Amino acid sequence: MTRSTVGALALAALVLPLAAGCVSNSPTPSGDGTSGAPGVLSVSSTADACDVSAATAPSGTITFQVKNDGSDVTEFYLLGEDGLRVISEVENVGPGISRDLVVQARPGKYFTACKPGMVGDGIRAAFTVTDSGTEVGPTGDTADQLKTAETQYVAYVKDQVGALIAGTKEFAAAYKAGDDDKARELYAPTRAHWERIEPVAESFGDLDPLTDAREADLEDGQTWSGWHYIEKDLWQPTADKNGGKDYTPLTQAEREKAADDLVGYTQQLVDQVNKPDFTFEAFQIANGAKALLDEVANGKVTGEEEIWSHTDLWDFQANVDGARVGYEGLADVVEAENPDLAAELEQRFTEIDALLAEQGSIETGFTSYDKLSKDQVKALATAVDALSEPLSQLTTTVTGA
Amino acid sequence: MSAPTDPAQDQPDGPPDASPASDGLSRRAVLGLGGGLAVAGAAAGFGVGRLTAPEPAPAVAAGSRTYPFTGTHQAGIVTPAQDRLYLAAFDVTATSRDDLVALLQRWTTIAARLTQGLSAGPYGPASGPYDAPPDDTGEAADLPPAGLTITFGFGRSLFVGGDGADRFGLADRLPGGLVDLPHFPADNLDPARTGGDLVVQACADDPQIAVHAIRNLSRAAFGAATIRWTQLGYGRTSSTSTAQKTPRNLFGFKDGTANVKAEETASLDEHVWVPASAAAADATDSAWLTGGCYLVARRIRMRIETWDRTSLREQEDLVGRNKGEGAPLSGGTEFTEPNFGTTGRADQPLIATNSHVRLAHPDFNSGVRMLRRGYNFTDGNDSLGRLDAGLFFLAFVTDPRTHYIPMQNQLSKSDGLMEYLEHTGSGLFAVPPGVAAGSFVLGADGTPLTTRHSPYVGQALFT
Repeated sequence: MTRSTVGALALAALVLPLAAGCVSNSPTPSGDGTSGAPGVLSVSSTADACDVSAATAPSGTITFQVKNDGSDVTEFYLLGEDGLRVISEVENVGPGISRDLVVQARPGKYFTACKPGMVGDGIRAAFTVTDSGTEVGPTGDTADQLKTAETQYVAYVKDQVGALIAGTKEFAAAYKAGDDDKARELYAPTRAHWERIEPVAESFGDLDPLTDAREADLEDGQTWSGWHYIEKDLWQPTADKNGGKDYTPLTQAEREKAADDLVGYTQQLVDQVNKPDFTFEAFQIANGAKALLDEVANGKVTGEEEIWSHTDLWDFQANVDGARVGYEGLADVVEAENPDLAAELEQRFTEIDALLAEQGSIETGFTSYDKLSKDQVKALATAVDALSEPLSQLTTTVTGA
Repeated sequence: MSAPTDPAQDQPDGPPDASPASDGLSRRAVLGLGGGLAVAGAAAGFGVGRLTAPEPAPAVAAGSRTYPFTGTHQAGIVTPAQDRLYLAAFDVTATSRDDLVALLQRWTTIAARLTQGLSAGPYGPASGPYDAPPDDTGEAADLPPAGLTITFGFGRSLFVGGDGADRFGLADRLPGGLVDLPHFPADNLDPARTGGDLVVQACADDPQIAVHAIRNLSRAAFGAATIRWTQLGYGRTSSTSTAQKTPRNLFGFKDGTANVKAEETASLDEHVWVPASAAAADATDSAWLTGGCYLVARRIRMRIETWDRTSLREQEDLVGRNKGEGAPLSGGTEFTEPNFGTTGRADQPLIATNSHVRLAHPDFNSGVRMLRRGYNFTDGNDSLGRLDAGLFFLAFVTDPRTHYIPMQNQLSKSDGLMEYLEHTGSGLFAVPPGVAAGSFVLGADGTPLTTRHSPYVGQALFT
């Protein structure tokens, strides 16, 4: 981040509360002059009907309370004037279940559709959104931006996984050769590539536990493999830190198997992300960004992830990096849909990066996590919470675009 | 401890199915503990002016409800779950079997008294020898019994010490189900919140009543046992009766919809009470536990801060039920059976394969069910400014080897909710059957008294 950007963000931070105050103090705009009755409509979906409580609603936020009164699983859609473009939808509504569809709708002609049994074109009716005077974001203009974000994110994942496999091979070779100093040196910076894209790895079933399980994650008698298995052997615990038992170092044969397994699992990840059908949708990027911060909040900030090496801050920084890349790809869309959210996220990312920079960097090394004071850990946790809360709004902002 | 001023409290007021009675003091005092009737106010100094019950009983205020202490099974298991919990695990410091038995006699007598609205000792908090400390600590005086139940259990370490020692000559009485629980994936147990030789579960609709019970029992234990850990709970997270509405846990979801309920007697026999055949299958002599059960206690911290920023979609997907009504995502209403075969878009099941409701369902656990009796807890906050809150899971089962361990392994390994959960404390206890009606030694005032001949919970274990 350049100095000028930081300055601009600081300014944004100052301006933001004032702007927000203005918005919240304005009266609810209402096109027809009546008091701001919310656009809440009910929808009853049955085998042969799709009863919407009104065929018209004022522009702005419209909530369809969809109730499945039929006996098949149903879906509800708001379609554009052409009857093809999906403005928004709720799917997988079981019989008897109610679910809300909340949509930002601009004035115009639409169709509502229920799809009981989830087949066919659905039971459709014309629906009109009148002009309430409420400004609604640039719905529909963002498809290209999202497409770009998706392509860029896939490229980022492939790049990180490429660096990961190269680093892992080097790490494994050093470990097998008994060059433990070198292996310890390579451990955290190599894992950073993994941590930046961790939710992607998690989407491939068993690859995550095979590669990244902590000892405490195992079931009784389950075989342990992956990074933390080797971590423990590189930073061997004393008996009092090992449940009262003396730690038994791995034999050379065990070392070689552990190293080869790690490379093998990582190669599987490489193969997965380089398949032609490996794609990412915008909502997955947004969910992934939030999931990365959850990783920080649950494992890293408590020092539970790297219990032997105490290299949690590398993982922490890498998780934040990954979340930031995910967000930045979507930033243009967020900027258009919800500029306040965009400004807040920029500010929170800047704050947390600044806090992390006080402790080092992935390139130059970080403070060992067990050397942080309680106040420093608390400050990091507070920054994580401050970033995570607005970040949890990312998915709905992007999918509503 | 009820003051005798309110005529409503003079009436027996057990659970809806308790036998009604309108007898005067004398009958109540004799039958009270045997027949499960309320004897509130019958202790010395409390019974004045209550020899007759002149008016028809007015509707019983909820707070003055009592449950029988005696019976085939201990109270506090199928009893409609009260709103509050105080549970304490104890380490026995006594080294002789006689001292242990004497402790259980003191505890049983006090529990029999407190649950019926009496003071811990015969004098009560504000009477007795002036130069002696009162025999009741006093904070429950003037409060109604609040449906107090007190339930006792024995931990494995009572039978077999850490070094394998047979501490009290009970090693050959260890029931087969009282195992060391295995390490479950992602367990993060605090030794200071785990284990214990004895457990006492006090449940009441008023937290002060529950705390008063543990406090007085702890006092009676000094010299014989000391508290190892305790847990306060509020907002019961299970219903144990069909008459109760399903409550919510701190995730905001209904919890315990499919719980075994008191009214399901066949299911209780199958899933909760230890059958005589269990003792026959044991290598040890464990017939003393027939008619009892096992209590699994797990302190499950919830990462509520990260949960709260999770989308409603993910929350419902992880649980497998909707948040508003508690209906399974396959459709219907709260008590509709989940249909795991119902699929939606892309032929994916509406109830996800890693959802909690699926992984905990009898269909995926060899048909086993549990009687859960958990509570929410909030024990202040951690150093990161997050609430130390969660679910104190309590389940009564016929055998943890079939009815808890396999399911917990499956949940800990595969349940999507585990991302938001962390088990931080644990205990497993054998809960002996109840104390027989009419077996108490009564003092001159007609209330139970501790003597060398007093009955006690788990007596069959020592004979």
